[in-house]
Amino acid sequence: MRTPVSAALVAALCFTFPAHAANDADLAEIRAQVKQMKETYEQRIAALENRLAEAEKTAIKAEKTAARTEAGVGQSAAEAAPKATAMTSASAFNPAIYAVLQGVYANLSQDPNKYAIHGFVPSGDIAPAKRGFSIAESELGFSANVDDKIYANLILSLSPDNSVEVEEAYGVLTALPGGFRPKFGRFLSSIGYLNDQHQHGWDFYDAPLPYQAFLGGQFRSDGLQLKWVAPTDTYLELGAEIGDGANFPGTERNRNGVGNYAMYAHAGGDIGASHSWRAGVSYLGLKPRDREYVQVDAAGVDSQMAFSGKSQLAIADFVWKYAPNGNAQNTNFKLQGEYFWRKESGDLTYDRDGALGLTNDSSYASRQSGWYLQSVYQFMPQWRFGVRYDQLATGRPDYGSNAAYLDSSGFNPKRYAAMIDYTTSEFGRFRLQAQQSKLLPDLTDNQVFLQYILTLGAHAAHKY
Amino acid sequence: MNRLLQTLAAMILAACATPAPAVLNVFASVPEWGALVEELGGDKVKVYTATNALQDPHRIEARPSLIARARTADLVVATGAELETGWLPLVLRQSGNARVLPGKAGYFEAAPYVRMLEKPDRLDRAEGDVHPGGNPHIQSDARNIARVAAPLAARLAELDPANAAAYQTRHKAFSGRWSTAIANWERQAEPLRGVPILVQHKAFAYLEDWLGLKQIAALEPKPGVEPTTAHLSAVLAKLQQPPVKMVLRAAYQSDRASRWIAERARIEVVVLPFTVGGNEAAKDLFGLFEDTIQRLLKGAQ
Repeated sequence: MRTPVSAALVAALCFTFPAHAANDADLAEIRAQVKQMKETYEQRIAALENRLAEAEKTAIKAEKTAARTEAGVGQSAAEAAPKATAMTSASAFNPAIYAVLQGVYANLSQDPNKYAIHGFVPSGDIAPAKRGFSIAESELGFSANVDDKIYANLILSLSPDNSVEVEEAYGVLTALPGGFRPKFGRFLSSIGYLNDQHQHGWDFYDAPLPYQAFLGGQFRSDGLQLKWVAPTDTYLELGAEIGDGANFPGTERNRNGVGNYAMYAHAGGDIGASHSWRAGVSYLGLKPRDREYVQVDAAGVDSQMAFSGKSQLAIADFVWKYAPNGNAQNTNFKLQGEYFWRKESGDLTYDRDGALGLTNDSSYASRQSGWYLQSVYQFMPQWRFGVRYDQLATGRPDYGSNAAYLDSSGFNPKRYAAMIDYTTSEFGRFRLQAQQSKLLPDLTDNQVFLQYILTLGAHAAHKY
Repeated sequence: MNRLLQTLAAMILAACATPAPAVLNVFASVPEWGALVEELGGDKVKVYTATNALQDPHRIEARPSLIARARTADLVVATGAELETGWLPLVLRQSGNARVLPGKAGYFEAAPYVRMLEKPDRLDRAEGDVHPGGNPHIQSDARNIARVAAPLAARLAELDPANAAAYQTRHKAFSGRWSTAIANWERQAEPLRGVPILVQHKAFAYLEDWLGLKQIAALEPKPGVEPTTAHLSAVLAKLQQPPVKMVLRAAYQSDRASRWIAERARIEVVVLPFTVGGNEAAKDLFGLFEDTIQRLLKGAQ
């Protein structure tokens, strides 16, 4: 500290005195002055340093005394401790905040802009990332108790195209007796197993095919949810939801009342210390109005379709986890699968080209299904390997009089995936996933994803 | 479908109609508090322990079984200091049991009643799995058990006033036995004072503080971070000077790193039960400490 100060002083003085004035006497005088100033400053600095050292000593002494008091008095001192760190600013009440950053390098053999699943026309964000480098959705979450009766959570998603979406924004009543837990606002529905898990918590880069085909990725609505956990040793949870039903497979309805109903039951438990399981059944019912989509008709022309009617979805899900003695730290294994059935019936408008008047209204009925099975094995700390198989059955839709224009041939889209991921800590993960999709007849898409997931801030919950 | 609904309705009714049990249902996050509640509550309590000694208490998932048990709990006993931060808050929220949420009488944390060690100066995840409140493995100092026992007994009495006297009596009896035991253990552990040791995870700060063991290094480069061979080599190099006696590891931890270093440094690996149930001998709190000290003495020879 001293050296730079005096060096700076010398430098400053050298610049102040022009060089031509420097005869021996002058130089001696300057030297004397510099020495004097240096000494003065050094004294001052030494004084300051002494004061600092004194202050530090006092602080350490105080800490030691405090520690001794605490240790000696034990309980009462410890009880007093939290009071001593009393909150002094409004920011002490800030909610828990976290951010999830994600990015991917995608290598796709087919154009992701033309991503389609034969026989299914979901809306929503289901196509893989664009080719090459891109960031994926970043997530920003805030949660805290509102008061002694309400807990609230806000999760925003920041899209790579710089738009912000409210992913979830809900309150939960926490003070009700009897194990009832009402939730209100916008939330991911708890149907199935994967639906209410955020994408960064998935074991694969993308959602299983049935989630893409039947729910457009994940189903969320603005509405109410009521969950109840039975007071039994075996886990049993019943839940019901009503909502606006504005998201796929529903549509915006511009009506009063309820747009979607959901019901589910989940059971689970442990078998010994090493095994645990959860299984459930769910139902989702909606009434879409003019759900519009584009479909290639039998003549190979893109046609505008609109469906109105009833859409009913049932899901059966299970997950089984194994970890030796329940200690997942070194090795663990997870097997999970879900089966989806959907029944839709109503009216379908076929519109090849409105201007020429080639439109046709007809009845429509379909029964479609799909499933996936995946398994992830952590073979050593931080390293996991997983495989997944998904398949859909388009069924043979009954197009009524639209059958003249539309191809109702059956085709079963399928996909094989494998992934390996490395977890740097609970907060960082890198994943390599390779998969082959056969979603359209005569078309194979080979995809490779290299993905990262980073979590900042509040500790994430270890959801089952 | 109708039959299913009927069965479901019957189940719900049956569940609701079950009269409140005469015993206090206690949900303990880790075995040491489960054992302590059993000492204090005897037959007045029914204890469910959420984790066992072979599980890493940091890394538990909010399993359905835990949610189900939290649902019926009258009291949740946790360590606190963020030990269970990854799973307990979620379990409690999902259980829908309003009586055991933090802040309610049905939620008890042990950490506020002991003097916390190793409070980090720098809160940064680059430092590994650090806990802002200090090292949460408080149970390895027997004196801390006594410090927690008093407020815990008071809490049991508060929740179950009908049996308040019983909790008080049991606590008094336990305190007496525990003080004698501590005096005994401290006498036995006298040769351990100043003994240099290695630890796998910084899980024994309170044990070291109590018995005067001297931790030379930890095998984990940062708390909760898997030891790398490079780091182990660095630790090994550091060992050339002080004559380290043993390397400590908790029963739930992988033996890879401690075995690696023990073979090269020619020292003993001492696997401590760490909590109740960590081995055959650690059947209860008394057994836990007796066994811990015996193993340490053996390792120090």
